[in-house]
Amino acid sequence: MATETTEAVGTCVDAGGSALGMPQLCADWMPNQIFWLVVTLIAIYFVMSRIALPRIGAVLAERSGTITNDIAAAEELKNKAAEAEAAYEKALVDARAEAAKIVAEAKAEIQAELDVELQKADAEIAAKTAESEAAIAEIRDGAVKSVTQVARDTAKELVAAMGGAADAKTITAAVNARMKG
Amino acid sequence: MATEDKAEGGLVFHPLDQFIVKPLFGDGPVHWYTPTNVTLWMAIALLAIVGVFVLGSRGRAVIPTRLQSIGELIYGFIYKMVEDVTGKDGVKYFPYIMTLFLFILFANYLALIPMSYSPTSMIAVTAVLGFGVFICVTILGFVKNGASFLGLFWMSDAPAILRPIIAVIEVISYFVRPVSHSIRLAGNIMAGHAVLKVFAGFAALTLVSPVAIFGIVAIYGLEVLVAGIQAYVFTILTCVYLKDALHPAH
Repeated sequence: MATETTEAVGTCVDAGGSALGMPQLCADWMPNQIFWLVVTLIAIYFVMSRIALPRIGAVLAERSGTITNDIAAAEELKNKAAEAEAAYEKALVDARAEAAKIVAEAKAEIQAELDVELQKADAEIAAKTAESEAAIAEIRDGAVKSVTQVARDTAKELVAAMGGAADAKTITAAVNARMKG
Repeated sequence: MATEDKAEGGLVFHPLDQFIVKPLFGDGPVHWYTPTNVTLWMAIALLAIVGVFVLGSRGRAVIPTRLQSIGELIYGFIYKMVEDVTGKDGVKYFPYIMTLFLFILFANYLALIPMSYSPTSMIAVTAVLGFGVFICVTILGFVKNGASFLGLFWMSDAPAILRPIIAVIEVISYFVRPVSHSIRLAGNIMAGHAVLKVFAGFAALTLVSPVAIFGIVAIYGLEVLVAGIQAYVFTILTCVYLKDALHPAH
């Protein structure tokens, strides 16, 4: 590299304060840069290795730990929720079955009571019917007898009025014959 | 890149003056211990790193603040890079690699502030970084693997006749590593900053100043990319060299 200019001049700056050649190649300035570079690098190294890097490393580790824990906790809570849902579903099914059973029992009970009541009512109705029929038959018999009696009496009176001697037996027979007829 | 005293129509370009090392106090000579503008900007880089990584993570919050999550992002990025490239046994060198990455990254980005100074454009600085990595990695390779570290240069799965030739090439490329490692970083940063200054010089000329200012904006955008990419490249190459030292078998 073009060191001959720097060597020839000896100093690196001309009278006007401008660089002679490349300031990079000025040997007079190199020890200064190297010294301060080494100082800076050592300072950065100590700051980094003693303070900053362990701290940031710890923060990153703590964060990943926190995230792992949170995910685990979320997983656990999810499982719990699933369990709770299953329990709820089961309780619901049980309750439905219980309700169905109660409904069936109640229905059967009501049906039985209803049957008994119906039978009783039927029996009562039958009894009442028989009674009524008997009464009607009696009334009818009574009516027939009365009619026969009235007809006989009327016929006797008619025969007597017409001047005939009424034979009771004949009239009765005649009336009966007419009644039947 | 010789002298920049060319005058074009009254314009004077001094694109390399920005790299001059000046004492912070007084006007004396620059001794090795003199606090200079290099010292100042390295100190600012150190303070910025402390600000992000120490003050930012002060709360140790599980839910990070903005500054803390920047620190965590960089931490995770470099940690993953070290782990992926060098393997599990390279993780114990993570603080060293983090130190290199942070210094280069912060120095590069702070150098993009107008009127600032860019320590990473100085070949002395990057050579210390590059040769430091080279020497540490080589010593580490011999300490960890003994003489079998030389197996790095001996391609046992190549045809026998080619092995000595490949070994010579491998040795040369191994010793070129620190040179390319350091010149890549210094060259990129220096060239970018010099180009910015050249465009800034043209901006004084009314006729071309719109073009020049647009050029500054474009190059500045490019430099923002370069600043990050060079820090990344330096770090990942360090990881690759470290991997070679820990596992020299191809």
